[in-house]
Amino acid sequence: MDFLLQPLSIVTFFPLLGVLVLLFLKSEQKDALRWTALATSLVTFVISIWVFFFSGQYDIAAPGLQLVAKYDWISVAGWDIRYYLAADGLSILLILLTTFLTPIAILSTWTAVQERVKDFMLFFLLLEVGMTGVFVAQDLFLFYIFWEFTLVPMYFLIGIWGGPRRLYAAIKFFLYTMAGSILMLLAIIWLGINTGTFSTPDIIGKVPAAAQMLLFVAFAAAFAIKVPMWPLHSWLPDAHVEAPTAGSVILAGVLLKMGTYGFLRFNLPLFPEAAIQAAPVMGALAVVGIIYGAAVSLAQRDVKKLVAYSSVSHLGFVMLGLFAMNSIGIQGAILQMINHGLSTGALFLLVGIIYEQTHTRELSEYGGLWKITPLFGTITLIVALSSMGLPGLNGFVGEFTILLGAWGAGEGVYGSVWFAALSAIGVILAAIYMLYMFQKMFLGPAGEVTRHHQLRDLNWREIATLLPLLVFIFWIGLYPKPFFDLMAPSVDQLVAVLSAAMP
Amino acid sequence: MTQLDLYALLPVIFLAAWASLLLLADLFVPHGRKGITALLSALGLLITLGISLAQFGRSAAGFGGMVALDGFSTFLACLFLLTGLLGVALAFNYLKRMDIERGEYYALLLFSVVGMMLMAQASDLIVVFLALELLSIPLYVMAAMAYPKTDSEEAGIKYFLLGAFASGFVVYGIALAFGATGTTSLSAIVAAVASGAADLPLLLAGAGLILVGFGFKIAAVPFHMWTPDVYQGAPTPVTAFMAAGAKAAGFAALLRIFALGLPALALDMTQVLVVLSALSMLVGNFVAIAQTDIKRMLAYSSIAQAGYILMAFVPYGNPAVRELSIAAALFYLAAYTLTSFGAWGVVIALEKPDGQGLKIDDYAGLGRRQPLLAAAMTIFMLSLIGLPPTLGLVGKIYLFRAVIAGGFYPLAVVGVLTSLISAYYYLRVVVKMYMQEGDPQVTRERWLDFTIGAMAVVTVVVSLFPAPLFDWASRAVLALF
Repeated sequence: MDFLLQPLSIVTFFPLLGVLVLLFLKSEQKDALRWTALATSLVTFVISIWVFFFSGQYDIAAPGLQLVAKYDWISVAGWDIRYYLAADGLSILLILLTTFLTPIAILSTWTAVQERVKDFMLFFLLLEVGMTGVFVAQDLFLFYIFWEFTLVPMYFLIGIWGGPRRLYAAIKFFLYTMAGSILMLLAIIWLGINTGTFSTPDIIGKVPAAAQMLLFVAFAAAFAIKVPMWPLHSWLPDAHVEAPTAGSVILAGVLLKMGTYGFLRFNLPLFPEAAIQAAPVMGALAVVGIIYGAAVSLAQRDVKKLVAYSSVSHLGFVMLGLFAMNSIGIQGAILQMINHGLSTGALFLLVGIIYEQTHTRELSEYGGLWKITPLFGTITLIVALSSMGLPGLNGFVGEFTILLGAWGAGEGVYGSVWFAALSAIGVILAAIYMLYMFQKMFLGPAGEVTRHHQLRDLNWREIATLLPLLVFIFWIGLYPKPFFDLMAPSVDQLVAVLSAAMP
Repeated sequence: MTQLDLYALLPVIFLAAWASLLLLADLFVPHGRKGITALLSALGLLITLGISLAQFGRSAAGFGGMVALDGFSTFLACLFLLTGLLGVALAFNYLKRMDIERGEYYALLLFSVVGMMLMAQASDLIVVFLALELLSIPLYVMAAMAYPKTDSEEAGIKYFLLGAFASGFVVYGIALAFGATGTTSLSAIVAAVASGAADLPLLLAGAGLILVGFGFKIAAVPFHMWTPDVYQGAPTPVTAFMAAGAKAAGFAALLRIFALGLPALALDMTQVLVVLSALSMLVGNFVAIAQTDIKRMLAYSSIAQAGYILMAFVPYGNPAVRELSIAAALFYLAAYTLTSFGAWGVVIALEKPDGQGLKIDDYAGLGRRQPLLAAAMTIFMLSLIGLPPTLGLVGKIYLFRAVIAGGFYPLAVVGVLTSLISAYYYLRVVVKMYMQEGDPQVTRERWLDFTIGAMAVVTVVVSLFPAPLFDWASRAVLALF
């Protein structure tokens, strides 16, 4: 059982300890339940930080997979399925994002979730196990198990603690995502049969070019729905709007990244020839997503929907960067995944905080909030600016790098710089809808809700949830080099695989 | 009868003797204390299970090649014995509660298990027929056990009529096969085909009729019409026993007859099997969506599951994949048995003597009132969909591996897409339990709780450590040839 004591196994499965403790607590002990969940997720975060930066077992400069935990899980009857966990520059930031956002999300539920606290915390910690597992699994079979497993707790989170249309949203979320992943399952089994192994690193370079396109499409189906890429995004607004705040934070912050990460980890290195052929299409879809998401955000009157659609736009940038297939584009894409997790996570938190007091999300009912809740207003402004890509904040760094990459790809995979040029429109639209939202809520005359509610400013708990996000929003915006350093070696290695496959 | 004959058939002989004695012994068990009969029948099953396990890894042929003992039959025998044990565990309290407690139930159940075990060992078409009748006739009686409930009587009559019809098909098929080859022994049929002495078109017709007959037994579309009514009308433990046991026995016969005896017909049969499998998955899953009664829903789900197992059976004619495909079918049968018994157990816990508590709507609020029961049901539903961390996912992956290795990609796509559809109706139960309010009345009873709990734990734990069961299923097949 040595493999379970490896660092990454501990990071992945530590929340299960919290689950065990929760099982022994009574449903009435709400505070004990909350503290247990929070403490578990915090310890998980500390362990993950320690493992990567202080244990001395992870070498930032090395490009390959590290912290390997391996075990021959099923090696009978012609199967070769391994328990195989490892991390590298492509996943390290996402693992950390997961362990970082989970305690924040749990802390945000302190007063928002009063019903069935025990179940909520159970599902949340289980969700964390699934998400971390997705980012560390290097065996396709194991990956698929984690991937599908994340559906179950999220389904419950939306379906039990969600808004009025929660049942519809939960089932839609479930069926949509499952529709994509079962096609991936067939592709995974095909790979297992035809390459003799399920371990991703061993499959790289072994997939015959003739089979790549179909496999690429099967994998892309799963990931594109998760991202979501236009036109497969229609589950997202429903899920986001109906999910409880913490659910939205995790959904936007981490679950969507599982899709983009899937492209990065599997589609690009396993099927490089097909990826290059598909790049113009993927890039075009990404650009459509950027503009479409932004345009639809503009039309929203519900602030949570606005943020949800802005995700479609932001994730479009990530996809554009990934399929630029050069080092700078992919690095920008990874950073933008983190940025989106931070900014959109923060936006959902902010929306949740005000919704908890007013129970409405209609923009038209707000107005003049800044006067009453100055701190809340200021933080919202910073986050909105970060989300629209103001220089000095994190969003700018990500989008700028992606656009550079997409521009640079103009001669290569895309064959045109128009991809970069058109997506810049998305940046402009982002500024419009974000400022529009801010103006409607915080400026101008006091609206219906503002007048009739006794609104309070942020309390300490809420500040504690937002402050860590703000720190990183500024840090990445002002000095992103440490973050790029983490991913650069692995990204360069991936780009080498891709350039080798270029015609 | 030599010692080897005896050894090959020892579990079957022992259990048959035990069942006959039980029928007698039951006369002396006073009414109202039928728990003794239940205990005795469970004891018989356990001893037989011990014998079967001791035979693990042995192979022998007995009675002039009419029955075979091999890994395949041992695997299935253990599965059938487990089915029997679970059937007893679910029934004990249920029969009392529904006021239909009769000692004959247990004896009949044992006879049916004997038939199933014989079916797995049969390597002669005559024995196949014998086993088919031995397993079916007790089931007809058991389905009508809840007399004078009209539903139950209807189920019994319906099952009997259609079952007799199916038996007719099988007999006629056997006759044609005999006409074509001059023998009923599977090995002799293979020899006759190889030597060119067989009348292939006639044999094909015979095989087709046999397939139709067993298509009824395994509830594959278009031979599924009886399933929802019988499953709904029969007492629930009988339904559970039927859904797992009779289906597995049907597959046992099909696998042995077709893979062992009729590989020459694979080319023609494969096309038919593809259609049967795809239709079962499509019809089963689509019609299940419309059901409001949990027993009918699970009935249609069992039709769909038959389609999935048939899917593994499709590439049996391809020598490179044959072993894989049989192993996959066996593994999935085991997974389905465990999961479905758990689900039926939960149905029994909610069922009331007046026939209430069987609507899916009656499950509303179960998550709050009975968190453990609801959690178990959730595990079973996830397993039937094929989601982690459950046995259903592992089983489906095994099935799909066989199908993809055999090159039947469109069928695999149908398989996964219908799984998606199935998610909709299975999840509806979960939605009811956790996301809607209600106050379901539940019977909690020791053996029922134990069965449900054990099935839930096994469904999860074995899915995390499936290697031994994989290994067993794959070796069960090697011994077949």
